[in-house]
Amino acid sequence: MGKDKDKIISEVTSGEYKYGFYSDIEMEQIPKGLSEDVVRIISKKKNEPDWLLEFRLKAFRHWQTMKMPEWANLIIPKINYQDIIFYSAPKQKAKYESIDDIDPELKKTFDKLGIPLEEQKHLAGVAVDAVMDSVSVKTTFRETLAESGIIFCSFSDAVKEYPDLVKRYMGTVVPYTDNFFASLNSAVFSDGSFCYIPKGVRCPMELSTYFRINAASTGQFERTLLVADEESYVSYLEGCTAPMRDENQLHAAIVEIIAENNAEVKYSTVQNWYPGDKNGKGGIFNFVTKRGLCRGENSKISWTQIETGSAITWKYPSCILKGDNSTGEFYSVAVVNNHQQADTGTKMIHIGKNTKSTIVSKGISAGQGQNSYRGLVKVLKNAMGARNYSQCDSLLLGDKCGAHTFPYIEVDNQTAIVEHEATTSKIGEDQIFYCNQRGISTEGAIGLIVNGYAREVINKLPMEFAVEAQKLLQISLEGSVG
Amino acid sequence: MSALNERTERYYTLYKDNIKRISESSSPYINSFREAAIGRFNELGIPTKKNETYKYTSLDTFFNHDFKSCFIPVAQDFVKAEEFRCDVTDLDAHGIVLLNGFYPTIHDKLRELPGGIWIGSLNEAAKKFSKKIEMHYGKYAEDDKDGLVHLNTAMASDGVFIYVPEDVVLKKPIQIVNLVQSDEDIFNQHRNLIIVEKNADVTLIVCDHTLSPQKFLTNGVTEIYVGENSHFDIIRVQNEHNNAGKITHTFIHQERNSVASSNNITLHGGLVRNSTHHYLGGEGAESYSYGLYLADKFQHVDNYVNVNHAFPNCTSNQLFKGVLDDMATGAFNGRIFVRKDAQGTLAYQKNSSILLTDDAKMDTKPQLEIYADDVRCSHGATVGQLDENALFYLQSRGINKREARLMLMFGFAHDVIQNIKVEALRERMDNLVMQRLKGELSRCASCMVKCG
Amino acid sequence: MLAIENLKVEIDGKKILKGISLEVKAGEIHAIMGPNGSGKSTLAAVLAGREFAMVTEGTVTYMGKNLLDMPPEERSKEGIFLGFQYPIEIPGVSMVNFMKTAVNEHRKHKGLEPLSASDFLKMMRDKKELVEIDSKLANRSVNEGFSGGEKKKNEIFQMAMLEPELAILDETDSGLDIDALRIVANGVNRIKRPDTSAIVITHYQRLLDFIVPDVVHVLYDGRIVKTAGKELAHELEKKGYDWIKKEVDKNNLS
Ligand SMILES: Nc1ncnc2c1ncn2[C@@H]1O[C@H](COP(=O)(O)OP(=O)(O)OP(=O)(O)O)[C@@H](O)[C@H]1O
Ligand SMILES: [Mg+2]
Repeated sequence: MGKDKDKIISEVTSGEYKYGFYSDIEMEQIPKGLSEDVVRIISKKKNEPDWLLEFRLKAFRHWQTMKMPEWANLIIPKINYQDIIFYSAPKQKAKYESIDDIDPELKKTFDKLGIPLEEQKHLAGVAVDAVMDSVSVKTTFRETLAESGIIFCSFSDAVKEYPDLVKRYMGTVVPYTDNFFASLNSAVFSDGSFCYIPKGVRCPMELSTYFRINAASTGQFERTLLVADEESYVSYLEGCTAPMRDENQLHAAIVEIIAENNAEVKYSTVQNWYPGDKNGKGGIFNFVTKRGLCRGENSKISWTQIETGSAITWKYPSCILKGDNSTGEFYSVAVVNNHQQADTGTKMIHIGKNTKSTIVSKGISAGQGQNSYRGLVKVLKNAMGARNYSQCDSLLLGDKCGAHTFPYIEVDNQTAIVEHEATTSKIGEDQIFYCNQRGISTEGAIGLIVNGYAREVINKLPMEFAVEAQKLLQISLEGSVG
Repeated sequence: MSALNERTERYYTLYKDNIKRISESSSPYINSFREAAIGRFNELGIPTKKNETYKYTSLDTFFNHDFKSCFIPVAQDFVKAEEFRCDVTDLDAHGIVLLNGFYPTIHDKLRELPGGIWIGSLNEAAKKFSKKIEMHYGKYAEDDKDGLVHLNTAMASDGVFIYVPEDVVLKKPIQIVNLVQSDEDIFNQHRNLIIVEKNADVTLIVCDHTLSPQKFLTNGVTEIYVGENSHFDIIRVQNEHNNAGKITHTFIHQERNSVASSNNITLHGGLVRNSTHHYLGGEGAESYSYGLYLADKFQHVDNYVNVNHAFPNCTSNQLFKGVLDDMATGAFNGRIFVRKDAQGTLAYQKNSSILLTDDAKMDTKPQLEIYADDVRCSHGATVGQLDENALFYLQSRGINKREARLMLMFGFAHDVIQNIKVEALRERMDNLVMQRLKGELSRCASCMVKCG
Repeated sequence: MLAIENLKVEIDGKKILKGISLEVKAGEIHAIMGPNGSGKSTLAAVLAGREFAMVTEGTVTYMGKNLLDMPPEERSKEGIFLGFQYPIEIPGVSMVNFMKTAVNEHRKHKGLEPLSASDFLKMMRDKKELVEIDSKLANRSVNEGFSGGEKKKNEIFQMAMLEPELAILDETDSGLDIDALRIVANGVNRIKRPDTSAIVITHYQRLLDFIVPDVVHVLYDGRIVKTAGKELAHELEKKGYDWIKKEVDKNNLS
């Protein structure tokens, strides 16, 4: 590829981070550092019941015995856990009774992010739980949803108002012993979203959680628990941003999903944490454990993720296909640029009969970014008739980046069919030329082709967010027509 | 002390007890590697499932076994070895027979073939070809992270040496028949070195057989240098009994514009683990790695392939296929690594397996690691059954189901076999595969051991 | 409109075009015929600005400008359209989006506002009718999974959308069924305005029955070895290329 094209590619792939501002909000913080006392303080601040404190302490003690995992294809600087603030919340009155109680600065922040906290202003049909640093600020449409029996609230509220549900499900999909970051989260998680869709209810609107890191030196540790009872349906979306800072900040979240008989959950993520600057300074460490359990028959969990942010991403949204005829899906676009690193993929564990899974992963590497797909497809002995199809493509833009594929396929059932395909290539010169010949600049052509490449995944997002995601991928035209 | 350390300790003791005897029959240059190698082995130990490249293969049943001795060729009863005749009757090859990896005859330990090719014992060659050996021995296997490679370097006392001078094209293949036989359970290690100079062309066939029912464990390392513009094929036919463990490490180092292929055909064996390393060390080199594994009972076959694209404009292709019956388990672990400056790389990889029973199991892990952008790489892996549509199509033409299944399985396997360029061997392999698939070959061909 | 002067082109050091001179005036239709491998597609590709072929000598002037200096997208916006012999597949990029981008680039070049979504869709509809292209094709990704004939029709559709001054059609007739051939030819004729020109590369007379050329050239071994009126095409159809080859080889010998 010629020098010119290289230059254009670097221009195309070097969009500025638009959400890097910082809001000056009065915060309540605890001192840096992590100890059993800190865990107790967090629990006390949140007025938690004893059973939850016990859960945290067990997790913390377990975490202390663990070592940071090293198997990922990532270079992770040493993290000093004593240098992180584990609880940081916007100062607030006892409870926001109405929208007017919220700090105007806070409202402004979310307005600027395109997430107005006033319901009337919001995109019709989307309910939002807005989380800033350690706590949930506001959940919109709570009342509307409650009319159909749907519970959608902050995790803290759920602990107080629906302790039985939380107790019944929390930690059943991701146990506190699961992995280093999951244990850490289980010990210090501060807030997050809780959602319960009762039997037979199709959730009438998109539910969404918006995560914002604002304060410096803090870690964000939220938990999302989503339960779809029999015959129910919900589409859930999360988005995230953070200010630009020279230091790295840690985000270690847990998402647990349970789908009962005939339930369907669509979980979409547009991840746009601050990725660090051009020289790899700063940025979020995004170490997340996401897992769904298809517990019931015919249940379905579908993960869609657009990963464009974070300095380092380590996440594997997975499905445990326990119920017979259950389905798991994973659609992912991961973009790395400059010095970003991503090690992401999924696990599909086939336990029930006739379980199906689909994996479509599209990696895009630019600058000096390193992008790895890591996936496990495991078919257990009794998973008669299991099917998996995986397609993992990598696109390389520039000669200093890398694209890697590490699929693990373990099949222990004769009737299973598992297929995995992967390709790695750069953009075809002939495709660029074809576009050029029709009058489209090389820059435009690369944009088009990259967008086309990611389209299969973007199409899986709810409409409103597909547009957002496309913009994120630095693409100009797609979507308004066709 | 943990189990691993205990085990390492045992082999270290074996080393200490035997090193004097081993060194006596070995050349000083080869001996000069031993101490560092045992040090490396002590660090790395015997691989366990925790080791990423052995994730799906447990060596426990073999390495926890108390082998009384490690085999060192002294005056032995080689009668059976002498009697052994290869049953590929049409195969016209320059043959040598080895016992437990070693040259069985006292005389004629190094002989010359047409064109000035030399073949014989590595120890013997160390005298005549000291310069060549110093140039190549240990160079390609040295950096490996597998403790077993270093255990081999530390303790192997002999093996095969082949030297092919510049511009030599050998029409007939060279065949090495590797027999394993002993009155007691043995652990044997041998070390081979093959040097193919510029513009040469040779084919090597290695056939492994077991002749007595004892428990055997073989840990062999082969280093192969393929010079500029040369062409080298190695075909390995593995046919050992269910109580035999076979671990091979093959390192193929290629210079520019060379073409090398490796084909591992595993028909039978208790535990088989082949690791094949292809290093594309010059522009325009091509490498092909093939494998076929047919396993039943409690057999386990693991192929690890590592293709390293270190220079621009090289091509590589991996094709591994297998059929697993009964309780057999298979593993494939293939890696394509493309270095930063290796632009213009084409690299492909495919692994397909068929499971015939509920108890058979396949684990596969194809990997791409790519640090250059002007590349075309792809890999695919499938695990499944025979294609129902194809089966139906054959049946609809009047072929009974059993026959139709056989035909499809045969076709599946033939995909790998067809890459064998030596016709007589290719036909023989097709034949053996057919017999194996029909279940007529419940033990290895020309085997005297009933291993059930 | 277009003047090619002693054009010599190499691919990987191999001489493919060995001195081509050709002038196309506004309103003219030129047909280029010639045996396989003679360099027809190479000529077309060089005119469109494809990089793999290296121009070693000669000039190409288009509308008074040095064509060889322009990047391919400039040439396109200046009105050169290449109908590819082998149209390229672009997975995931919808035809609508692709064409909308192209059309608006062209409009920007002319100093026009981009088309609104509805105007653009209307334009698509009209042009689709013109070339009788299945409207489902327009909703798919560019050329992906199109049959051979569909790809060719799609080229003509794009030409209709971009309204070029100079259309270069490289074997747009091959792979077309009889009806499609007529549709494509009609499309070309309807898009053509009195002042626009075309270079039609083909192997068959039958296309030239519909698109009647002013001049027919025979390209052989990188050179134009014969130029005549439309009757030359008939002659070639009947007699093949052998007689021309012989003629050329004889001249070379003497
Ligand atoms: N990319 C390339 N690399 C090497 N040689 C090429 C390349 N493209 C074309 N050629 C060679 O250039 C010569 C002319 O090819 P070209 O495609 O222009 O012929 P053509 O006249 O269009 O033939 P056809 O009628 O078959 O389409 C042929 O010999 C061809 O093999
Ligand atoms: Mg052509």
